[in-house]
Amino acid sequence: MLQINNLHANVGDKPILKGLTLSLNAGEIHAIMGPNGAGKSTLGYVLSGRPGYEVTEGSVTFNGQDLLALEPHERAAAGLFLGFQYPVEIPGVSNVQFLREALNAQRKYRGEAPLTGGEFLKVAREQAGALGMDMDMLKRPVNVGFSGGEKKRNEMVQMGIIDPALAILDETDSGLDIDALRTVGDGINRIMRKPDKAVLLITHYQRLLDYVKPDFVHVLADGRITRTGGADLALELERDGYKELAA
Amino acid sequence: MTDDIEIKDKAAWDAAEKVADYEHGWSSDIETDFAPKGLNEDTVRFISAKKNEPEWMLEWRLKAFAMWKTMEAPDWAKLNVPPIDYQDAYYYAAPKAKPKLNSLDEVDPEILRVYEKLGIPIAEQKLLAGVEGGEDGGLPQRRVAVDAVFDSVSVATTFRAELERAGVIFRSISEAIKEYPDLVRKYLGKIVPMHDNYFATLNCAVFSDGTFVYIPEGVRCPMELSTYFRINAENTGQFERTLIVADKGSYVSYLEGCTAPMRDENQLHAAVVELVALDDAEIKYSTVQNWYPGDAEGKGGIYNFVTKRALCQGRNSKVSWTQVETGSAVTWKYPSCVLNGENSVGEFYSVAVTNNHQQADTGTKMIHNGKGSRSTIVSKGISAGHSNNTYRGLVRVAPNAEGVRNFTQCDSLLLGSLSGAHTVPYIEVRNPSAQIEHEATTSKISDDQMFYAMARGLNAEEAVALIVNGFAKEVLQQLPMEFAVEAQKLLGISLEGSVG
Repeated sequence: MLQINNLHANVGDKPILKGLTLSLNAGEIHAIMGPNGAGKSTLGYVLSGRPGYEVTEGSVTFNGQDLLALEPHERAAAGLFLGFQYPVEIPGVSNVQFLREALNAQRKYRGEAPLTGGEFLKVAREQAGALGMDMDMLKRPVNVGFSGGEKKRNEMVQMGIIDPALAILDETDSGLDIDALRTVGDGINRIMRKPDKAVLLITHYQRLLDYVKPDFVHVLADGRITRTGGADLALELERDGYKELAA
Repeated sequence: MTDDIEIKDKAAWDAAEKVADYEHGWSSDIETDFAPKGLNEDTVRFISAKKNEPEWMLEWRLKAFAMWKTMEAPDWAKLNVPPIDYQDAYYYAAPKAKPKLNSLDEVDPEILRVYEKLGIPIAEQKLLAGVEGGEDGGLPQRRVAVDAVFDSVSVATTFRAELERAGVIFRSISEAIKEYPDLVRKYLGKIVPMHDNYFATLNCAVFSDGTFVYIPEGVRCPMELSTYFRINAENTGQFERTLIVADKGSYVSYLEGCTAPMRDENQLHAAVVELVALDDAEIKYSTVQNWYPGDAEGKGGIYNFVTKRALCQGRNSKVSWTQVETGSAVTWKYPSCVLNGENSVGEFYSVAVTNNHQQADTGTKMIHNGKGSRSTIVSKGISAGHSNNTYRGLVRVAPNAEGVRNFTQCDSLLLGSLSGAHTVPYIEVRNPSAQIEHEATTSKISDDQMFYAMARGLNAEEAVALIVNGFAKEVLQQLPMEFAVEAQKLLGISLEGSVG
């Protein structure tokens, strides 16, 4: 589904990714772990096309398409979803309005008919319900006044509504208490643990992996994948730390 | 129906089609009846004669014209306007339509086609059905009575019968001058005096048409009243005159929507709107203004110098102005409330968008003369391109006005780094019991917001439109539903090309 080959990327003049190679197949969940500053969040931004993140070398194909040639909204329409580490507030725009416009923009791009208000609300209600989120929150402005946990939960509701083929989840577990962690973990499994979907989980800690069992764990250090293993690797990292590994 | 229309002036039509990249930037080939070019006493007499006005009206116009000749254009606004040659324009243009119309069927089909192109509700089948069958139960879903003003003459009034049953008078102002002279004379020029300002005085002399509304005591107007203004003839200044009188305990919601076709020459527009609310009466006045703003280089566009003022004369009277200003090259406009009545209420909700080289200097005046009078001002300015957007407002509390309250909020949103946002609030309080609050913010659309919206599937322009609509929401939600939808679209259209 996703082939990243020798990816180099700069933020400003500073090289962050330095030859990252990684391959995800449909039906797989990959976790990327690594120390602060290794380039984990940069990888998520580069893949989703954030301005200011400049690819200097390498290639990324997504379902056979040259992902890097697409604008951010085209990548979204192609089925890529980025779960933000710090979800952004948009005052005055309700979650319902935001997501309906976003979803219908994607559908239009794909040549599909837009969802009516009723059809959209049905989907939104299901997804919010499954993640234990009050419909009232969906009517509130996007992330405005939400707690850290609520924002992350909202990202998962968005993912459920948009129903992407590939989700890149950037520290979706940070700021969550134990109960919220379980809810979010269940949400990822329910929405994305399917034969035609794939997930790239970016995380510092292995605790989310108790709920979402990865098929592969990669260590990202200094802009490259330095080690790849199974779910056990996360436990090993948790025990020994990244320093040990680097040495 | 439109297929049968013969296009009489093919060349003119083709020329108009060529400039149709402005969404409303076409021109139709309706024959126009012009006043001779230029402005002098004869022009004033011509207009008055064309409209078969009574003698008192002509005298009033001539007095205003004499006064105007002694006045100078104001230059205090933060606007850069080249000198206007008042002799190089036409002051009257009437489409050659039948003089009396009983239903929309009698309206020049070419005019209806023009409205259709704009998506104006007058052309809707539902509304047409409303004209014919409005007497019985089968009323259309859209409950808006339209007084369409095409260039300078009102061409059709719908729902007239139902309004008349309620006692509501909804007429073009030229009709009202003849049919209800006493009522018109009682209020015309009483809220905005003839000498008020340069442009208002000019309007007094040469106003061509407009709307008159009277809501009798205790009547809640059974539908929303709407006038669509259009400027369609080349070099024609448009001088609309609107007068709305809400008698004791009455209520009316009035919608004013504007679009204009594209022209290279700058077109002058100087309207006057007067509102009067007596005891316990309420007027809600909503405007969506989408006049041609000029091209990306700042060439062409409408000059919009408008005087709008409401007199809240009665106890507990209320006037609410809501405006969405997206068009015009120059906007000079301060819808105001003179709050004379005890416990009267004035509201001003405004969104002003400027892009490319547009200039807007707009705001409000809340003049608190009545005890316990209250006012709310919410202004949202959005500047993009090379444009300049100024909020200018006055809150004045008279010495005898006890217990006055005002809340003002002015928010500015900047797109790009070449546009300007300015806030000029004047606060004059002469009574110590007044409570005045003023909040102001200036912000930019953040890269984070843009990327978040784009990562969810919106392109750059959709993302800007969404964020801007959120910014303006407090104002947009004051608009009647149909208008709100139109206004949301307009905000997006107005800011096209301002990103990426």
